[in-house]
Amino acid sequence: MKVLVPVKRVIDYNVKVRVKADGSGVDLANVKMSMNPFDEIAVEEAIRLKEAGKVEEVAVVSIGVKQAQETLRTALAMGADRAILVNAADDVHTDIEPLAVAKILKAVIAEENPGLVIAGKQAIDNDMNATGQMLSALLGWSQAAFASKLEIEGDHALVTREVDGGLQTIKVKLPTIVTADLRLNEPRYASLPNIMKAKKKPLEEKTAADYGVDVTPRLTVVKTTEPAARATGIKVASVDELVAKLKEAGAV
Amino acid sequence: MAVLLIAEVTDGALALDATAKAVTAAKQLGDVIVLCTGASAKAAADEAAKIGGVSKVLVAEDALYGHRLAEPVAALIVSLASGYSHIVAPSTTDAKNIMPRVAALLDVMILSDVVGVIDADTFERPIYAGNAIQTVKSTDSVKVMTIRTSTFDLAPMGGSAPVEAIATGDNPGLSEWVEDKVAASDRPELTSAGVVVSGGRGVGSETDFALIEKLADKLGAAVGASRAAVDSGFAPNDWQVGQTGKVVAPDLYIAIGISGAIQHLAGMKDSKIIVAINKDEEAPIFQVADFGLVADLFVAVPALIDAL
Ligand SMILES: Cc1cc2nc3c(=O)[nH]c(=O)nc-3n(C[C@H](O)[C@H](O)[C@H](O)COP(=O)(O)OP(=O)(O)OC[C@H]3O[C@@H](n4cnc5c(N)ncnc54)[C@H](O)[C@@H]3O)c2cc1C
Ligand SMILES: Cc1cc2nc3c(=O)[nH]c(=O)nc-3n(C[C@H](O)[C@H](O)[C@H](O)COP(=O)(O)OP(=O)(O)OC[C@H]3O[C@@H](n4cnc5c(N)ncnc54)[C@H](O)[C@@H]3O)c2cc1C
Repeated sequence: MKVLVPVKRVIDYNVKVRVKADGSGVDLANVKMSMNPFDEIAVEEAIRLKEAGKVEEVAVVSIGVKQAQETLRTALAMGADRAILVNAADDVHTDIEPLAVAKILKAVIAEENPGLVIAGKQAIDNDMNATGQMLSALLGWSQAAFASKLEIEGDHALVTREVDGGLQTIKVKLPTIVTADLRLNEPRYASLPNIMKAKKKPLEEKTAADYGVDVTPRLTVVKTTEPAARATGIKVASVDELVAKLKEAGAV
Repeated sequence: MAVLLIAEVTDGALALDATAKAVTAAKQLGDVIVLCTGASAKAAADEAAKIGGVSKVLVAEDALYGHRLAEPVAALIVSLASGYSHIVAPSTTDAKNIMPRVAALLDVMILSDVVGVIDADTFERPIYAGNAIQTVKSTDSVKVMTIRTSTFDLAPMGGSAPVEAIATGDNPGLSEWVEDKVAASDRPELTSAGVVVSGGRGVGSETDFALIEKLADKLGAAVGASRAAVDSGFAPNDWQVGQTGKVVAPDLYIAIGISGAIQHLAGMKDSKIIVAINKDEEAPIFQVADFGLVADLFVAVPALIDAL
């Protein structure tokens, strides 16, 4: 069985974003970009399945700008076997909607025939939390979102999901789409020799047009603004002062 | 225009807070028809019918919907979709699982975590962990969205909408429920609690986390945690507050031994009053705190419990 992992290049999670003064969006020029943290977890899980002999091949795919190559190389350095880059935008500020991403992924899946797709639960830039579920719908496959544990058993997967009340375990028919939550695993760092080796691994380039998918967005951004700032607070010197302030504010 | 609102029903019980807040958002878009679904959902539907502003409640009761598996519930919603301009649900993990599937089946985009309704096509939603608010206009024929309830007020009770049973759909047969691990608790639910007391890595151990719980119980509060506290095993996953956990906006939020990473702030910075207790005076949490106390939590928290 083959596993396909979609990985997204996003602003590094340590960077505090800056909203452009003219309201046109967020400034992504010259900021550090990395693999979406949830996608690192997804790649790690796929590699562990391969190491455990449950799958034969791990392919990674990214849809976006040319620079997403770097993200794919990171996944290859972690241990993925092959990468596919679907060029769908020229400007780093152009983001592709989950629906369009899901349609492209569906076309990639028609060529690759994976038995399992592991995506991230959400991309930390747009926070949509949607792509995996949309892809699953388009394929008519089962879905197991927000996974904190994944076991492959014959033609099924047993998946524990992080839900509002705690944990839910479900059994889904393969092929399936799993989306990775934070506690699925702790992703490894790529070692230097593996980073070197990754440079020689195959990375195929395609375009959205190759798949005949229209990426025209359904949503237009009217404006992007900074959230209202909180009024500055004060430091209190003691627990007693804290309690007095809370009482004054009617909070306790 | 009519809005189909998917009520949050868990094991037959209506999550009234989440549903009634979503009604407030939906009401701005048109007549609100609520769908209650589950293995048993009639009682939830009767309760939803009392939310002010609801025009009608549909009930789909079937064992198939008992564990809110995405495939059958999404299929049911899609079968009901025609005639609605908007299909909405409170942003719970169930809705986040199901609604993107509904959107894709209808060939429309999903609008996740809507925090503001500008008009029938235009909405506000947070991006980048809430560090930016985007106003987006949708050109889709039907808008499918999840509503971040922490930003909407509760719709008042006092309605008496008619309740109508509807036909259920087929089982797509793609997934099966195996088990739930849900800790029963007498504490208020995290996302609707008036007071939340959260602990972070600074608390140090699962045993010491009892101190956080003790303060919470003194205040009748819900307990929250940072990701680091959950990852370290001090607290269960469903207590995580933040960008990728729960979003809360209580009247009072007390952050103890939490540094204030942007991912954590994303989940609590709309709280009315924020208190931070941290021994590091440089901790970023103090930048959002109304009242900051630089102190060792093992000294300050027991003293606070005594003083309250
Ligand atoms: C011109 C244009 C304008 C847009 N304007 C807006 C706007 O105003 N407001 C708005 O909300 N959205 C807008 N979008 C779309 C928006 O950017 C999408 O919400 C976003 O691209 C996808 O959401 P997400 O990244 O949060 O995905 P999620 O659904 O959160 O991602 C989940 C997972 O899906 C996979 N994945 C997602 N994207 C990719 C990818 N590109 N390649 C590989 N894997 C991927 C990863 O595994 C990821 O972890 C616009 C898009 C375009 C093209
Ligand atoms: C993709 C992604 C998603 C994430 N999502 C979330 C999320 O949803 N929620 C979330 O919380 N985090 C999230 N994080 C993690 C986040 O970046 C931080 O790592 C995390 O919030 C840190 O938790 P903390 O503040 O408890 O720990 P630390 O940052 O380690 O802070 C501990 C604090 O405790 C203080 N302290 C220690 N001992 C004492 C003492 N005795 N008395 C008083 N104070 C003490 C220290 O001064 C310090 O400030 C996410 C990260 C990523 C990459």
